[in-house]
Amino acid sequence: MVIPFLWMLTLSLKPVSLLHQAPYLIPTSFELSNYAEAWDAAPFARYYLNSAIMTGGIVAGQVIFSSLAAYAFARLQFPGKELLFLVFLGTMMVPFHVILIPSYLIIDRLGWVDSYAALIVPRMISAFGIFLMRQYYQGIPRELDEAAMIDGAGRLGIWWRIIMPLSGPGLATLAIFAFMFAWNDFLWPLVVTNDPNMRTVQLGLAMFQGRYGTQWTLLMAGTVTATLPTLLIFLIGQRWFIQSIAQTGMKG
Amino acid sequence: MTAMARVRAGWQHANRRGDVSAAAMALAPAVILFAIFNIYPLLYSGYLSVMEWDGFSPDKSYVGLDNYRALVESATFRNALGVTLQYTLSVAVLGVAASLVIAVLLNSGVCGQNIYRLVYFLPVVTSTVAAAVVWRYLMTPGTGYADVLLRDLGITPPNPTWLRNPTWALRIVMLVGIWKRIGFNIVIYLAGLQNIPKEFYEAATVDGAGTWARFRHITIPLISPITLLLVIMSIIDSFLIFDVVYVMTDGGPIGTTEVVGLLLYREAFRYFNLGTASAMGWVIFAIVFAVTMVQWKFFGAREASL
Repeated sequence: MVIPFLWMLTLSLKPVSLLHQAPYLIPTSFELSNYAEAWDAAPFARYYLNSAIMTGGIVAGQVIFSSLAAYAFARLQFPGKELLFLVFLGTMMVPFHVILIPSYLIIDRLGWVDSYAALIVPRMISAFGIFLMRQYYQGIPRELDEAAMIDGAGRLGIWWRIIMPLSGPGLATLAIFAFMFAWNDFLWPLVVTNDPNMRTVQLGLAMFQGRYGTQWTLLMAGTVTATLPTLLIFLIGQRWFIQSIAQTGMKG
Repeated sequence: MTAMARVRAGWQHANRRGDVSAAAMALAPAVILFAIFNIYPLLYSGYLSVMEWDGFSPDKSYVGLDNYRALVESATFRNALGVTLQYTLSVAVLGVAASLVIAVLLNSGVCGQNIYRLVYFLPVVTSTVAAAVVWRYLMTPGTGYADVLLRDLGITPPNPTWLRNPTWALRIVMLVGIWKRIGFNIVIYLAGLQNIPKEFYEAATVDGAGTWARFRHITIPLISPITLLLVIMSIIDSFLIFDVVYVMTDGGPIGTTEVVGLLLYREAFRYFNLGTASAMGWVIFAIVFAVTMVQWKFFGAREASL
């Protein structure tokens, strides 16, 4: 399972002259020049920045908007609650392929093609996020809300001061899922960006492969670069991540 | 109290507590974003699927079900459906079977379970593009790891051109799909295996059941709801495959890896047949919907939405 990863790592450190040597996993000499070269051959720094902005925006949006909506569904009484929740959940089974074209047309009409807004705004809310946070909130004792209410807190004040601070692990899970999804997304950025300066890391890597198809050492350096952030996040958050996968059966 | 009055009383009660206005504020961003980027596109793609439009010209023309009829008659689309189905079923069946075996082995007291879990999970969190790029390298004829490994094992590579070979390309893409998914299945299986009471196995051992008999008569039947769930989830997911194929083969050679997702993308964004592409989207939706209904039937609405 990990051999392709080790392979990728060694190759990214190999001088080109040793490329065709037997594939021993430990290279005979280490070199970082492939990274520098890949970095020069394509604007990977720019790709990184774009991916970071997109991912940051999506994670922030999901954490705030999903948890707000989840709070309404978990704690507030209002007419049409069940219906609205059902509609949200229902959207989860609509394949993205179906709404791809109209979503692009909307972005185009808004004049958002090649903008961060196009990459971020449509993804700032997810039914999964709402569902996950609602489940989490239902585990927080209502007595806390009631005590705060007696102390004169408003509804949204309760969300912000009582619920949010108690939701650390839930929010972390949501943030990790959102991060993985956003960082690894391919189809949507492919559709809403044309300008090479607006490419994300994943797009940049795919295009890089097209143009430098045979310079494998450079290509692997680019791949390591693209993989690193999710690996780091996963290593940091794996306890929550694997647990919540096992519990909810949700895929990242 | 009549139903109407009860609704009104409930509303007034909620309103008095300040819930309604708070809920309106809390839900506003979600509702607005959903309406613009989920609900409206869904309806609009239904409308587009009965129109003929290139996305630029001011006039669209209504063609009724012609787009759908054309799809049914199109050899390209039928080929794509066939390829997708082959991919989907292989990834679902082989991927789930392999992960069950691995999960059982891991569960039977191999030490360092957490490490293994991590190892199998790495491909799950890697981006498909990165995985596809690495696998493309592994399958480079002559210098790729696959060939070198075969040679080291004393097997002369049959020298297929791998990804450029019509028989091998789809198999390799399937392999990547399975490799990428298997860790997810394993984690779910491990959670399920831990719920099987140890006493069952102990009793069976006392009765003289061997390892195989215990696996066959205890593990498999008790784990079968999870198996079904994983198969269905794999089917839904794999049916929507796009990026592996886009990066590894772009549908080639001679259409042997052309999946419906790729065809839809091309139809819409390279040939600008938005009507046909939208109709394709709805055919995909119908198939995924049917599978989802099976899932609902077996697991109830709640689990289906997970």
